[in-house]
Amino acid sequence: MLAFIIRRVFQSVIVLLAVGLVAFSMFRFVGDPIENLLGQERTVQDVERLRETLGLNDPFPVQYARFLGRAVQGDFGISYRQSRPVAQIIAERAPATLELAFVSGFLALTVGIGLGVFTAIRRDGWAANVIMSASLIGVSLPTFLIGILLIYVFGVQLRWLPTFGRGEVVQLGWWSTGFLTQSGLKSLILPAITLGLFQMTLIMRLVRSEMLEVLRQDYIRFARARGLAAKSVNFRHALKNTMVPVITVTGLQLGAIIAFAIITETVFQWPGVGLLFINAVQFVDIPVMAAYLMLISVMFVMINLLVDILYVWVDPRLRIDGRHA
Amino acid sequence: MTVPVPVLSLRDLTVDIPTRHGTLRPVDQVSWDIARGEILGVVGESGAGKSMTGNAVIGLLDPPAHISGGQVLLEGERIDDLPLAKMRRIRGKRIGMVFQDPLTSLNPLLTVGDQLTETILRHLDVDREEAAQRAIRGLDEVGIPSARNRMGAYPHEFSGGMRQRVVIALALCAEPTLLIADEPTTALDVSVQAQIIALLKRLCRERGMAAMLITHDMGVIAETADRVAVMYAGRLAEIGPVAQIVGQPRHPYTDGLMASTPAASAGQARLRQIPGAMPRLNALPDGCAFSPRCPRAQDRCRHDPRPRVGEADARAACWFPIEPEEDAA
Ligand SMILES: Nc1ncnc2c1ncn2[C@@H]1O[C@H](COP(=O)(O)OP(=O)(O)O)[C@@H](O)[C@H]1O
Ligand SMILES: [Mg+2]
Repeated sequence: MLAFIIRRVFQSVIVLLAVGLVAFSMFRFVGDPIENLLGQERTVQDVERLRETLGLNDPFPVQYARFLGRAVQGDFGISYRQSRPVAQIIAERAPATLELAFVSGFLALTVGIGLGVFTAIRRDGWAANVIMSASLIGVSLPTFLIGILLIYVFGVQLRWLPTFGRGEVVQLGWWSTGFLTQSGLKSLILPAITLGLFQMTLIMRLVRSEMLEVLRQDYIRFARARGLAAKSVNFRHALKNTMVPVITVTGLQLGAIIAFAIITETVFQWPGVGLLFINAVQFVDIPVMAAYLMLISVMFVMINLLVDILYVWVDPRLRIDGRHA
Repeated sequence: MTVPVPVLSLRDLTVDIPTRHGTLRPVDQVSWDIARGEILGVVGESGAGKSMTGNAVIGLLDPPAHISGGQVLLEGERIDDLPLAKMRRIRGKRIGMVFQDPLTSLNPLLTVGDQLTETILRHLDVDREEAAQRAIRGLDEVGIPSARNRMGAYPHEFSGGMRQRVVIALALCAEPTLLIADEPTTALDVSVQAQIIALLKRLCRERGMAAMLITHDMGVIAETADRVAVMYAGRLAEIGPVAQIVGQPRHPYTDGLMASTPAASAGQARLRQIPGAMPRLNALPDGCAFSPRCPRAQDRCRHDPRPRVGEADARAACWFPIEPEEDAA
């Protein structure tokens, strides 16, 4: 178990080093940092001095190592556009994205699993059929279109919910939360649905097909033959056995939620890191883009690690120790 | 004197499977009784409808298969028309069922202790403590060594034979009066098959439990069953005391089956194989389903359905059954 985790951590570090290399290469090869930092009026001496202070004359591996060393300490350089430390800008923006991702992820998971179980158990009922057909929309419509539709219906036509921004936020230390005000909570609803709908339908369809598969297994038949209550058969016996594949996909999808927040944040002008990234792309603000890339990959890697650990927790057959056969 | 009520009575039990190409009838008017403490062996080739019959009794037919006629009586009370909630109270509590493959019958994610106590709590009015005690006793009874310590073990930590013992403990933990065992040893190593059969036999004797033992192993039947039912293409070909079925079969199919089985035909020079194969359900011949393969078949067999000779507890569905004196000749 420990060896397994160590191996996974080792693999994760390699992945992160590779991503770091990509991020670092952006500095070197996408645009010229000197161009970005110095204006039109500059002397050759200026350029040379700046190259020296920035360490651009050092060999490539040295520069890369220095870049990584700083990144590990949370130093991602200075934003070209805002002339402030990138770490500070991201820290300001992160709560918005994380709160949005948390709410969408939570919705996707609970509603997705709930509907998945329901549509599997009531396989031939009309309600299950309606839900399954509706879920096709969730899978096939692009996120921005769902967002625009929701804005049109609930914002423009019905005027029930705000369609842009976070509403009022409350500052808790460095963390700004929208959970504590009414306008904050209202503002979360549409973006959260937009962001989570695809994942929700995906999880629902996956849970459904896994449930249908598990419900055919002999141990479910045997559980029924022992007269166990439907609740126990469906949840204790069946649902638990669908969890290994569901955890994999859910884990990846939670990562995707954070990554795809870019689109939702753009549609709803949500002041998170996704919107920050889009603006950074427009202005070729390389330090911000690089930092975003690395943070997202750290997130993915951590989720993957968590997924692996959850497997072992759910399925006793994967626990290598504790075997006494 | 009152006649004791059989534990299980099938009265013309019929199962249908509607399909796009017409209705299949995997179980066709099957009738038999099993008395308290009696073991009825059910034999027949693969596809004869043995499992369907067992599943119909416990109400676990996979839709679209359903009981389309006849009755199932458990201790004299009709159970084939019970609502699902009531049937759930009978499964496990009054009818225990053991399936073929112990490797897949147990939930891999729950400990055997959990699966046992859950079943006991469902059916018996006891607290957790008492349920755990009963679970340990149950494991002990089926011969799991150091049962108390194995309560927390997961199914994959047991060997195949031990798992089938756990399955039997699970099927019997609420003390049912009827056990249905569907090929309980087919998936096991030959070396442990005899142990499992001996265990089943002992438990039936000790508890006075009636059992319906489905198998295609004539050796198991000869050793275990009190009576034997022979099924062919969904129909009951012959039923009778084990000695008679093995020694003096009356139905030509039973005769052919015995002659092709090493255990039953011990002493005979060589095994005979019945020519041909069992007809598919969508291509059953008119009259007796065995007639195309039958050496004794005559015109009547191909037209006149449902022959029947003999008494209720020893009968054959044949127009021209083998007579005992014939056999001797
Ligand atoms: N879903 C189904 N659709 C069509 N035929 C089926 C279905 N399930 C089982 N059968 C048929 O029912 C018959 C009886 O099967 P079964 O009871 O499993 O036989 P046995 O247990 O004696 O080997 C077989 O001929 C099988 O092909
Ligand atoms: Mg079978």
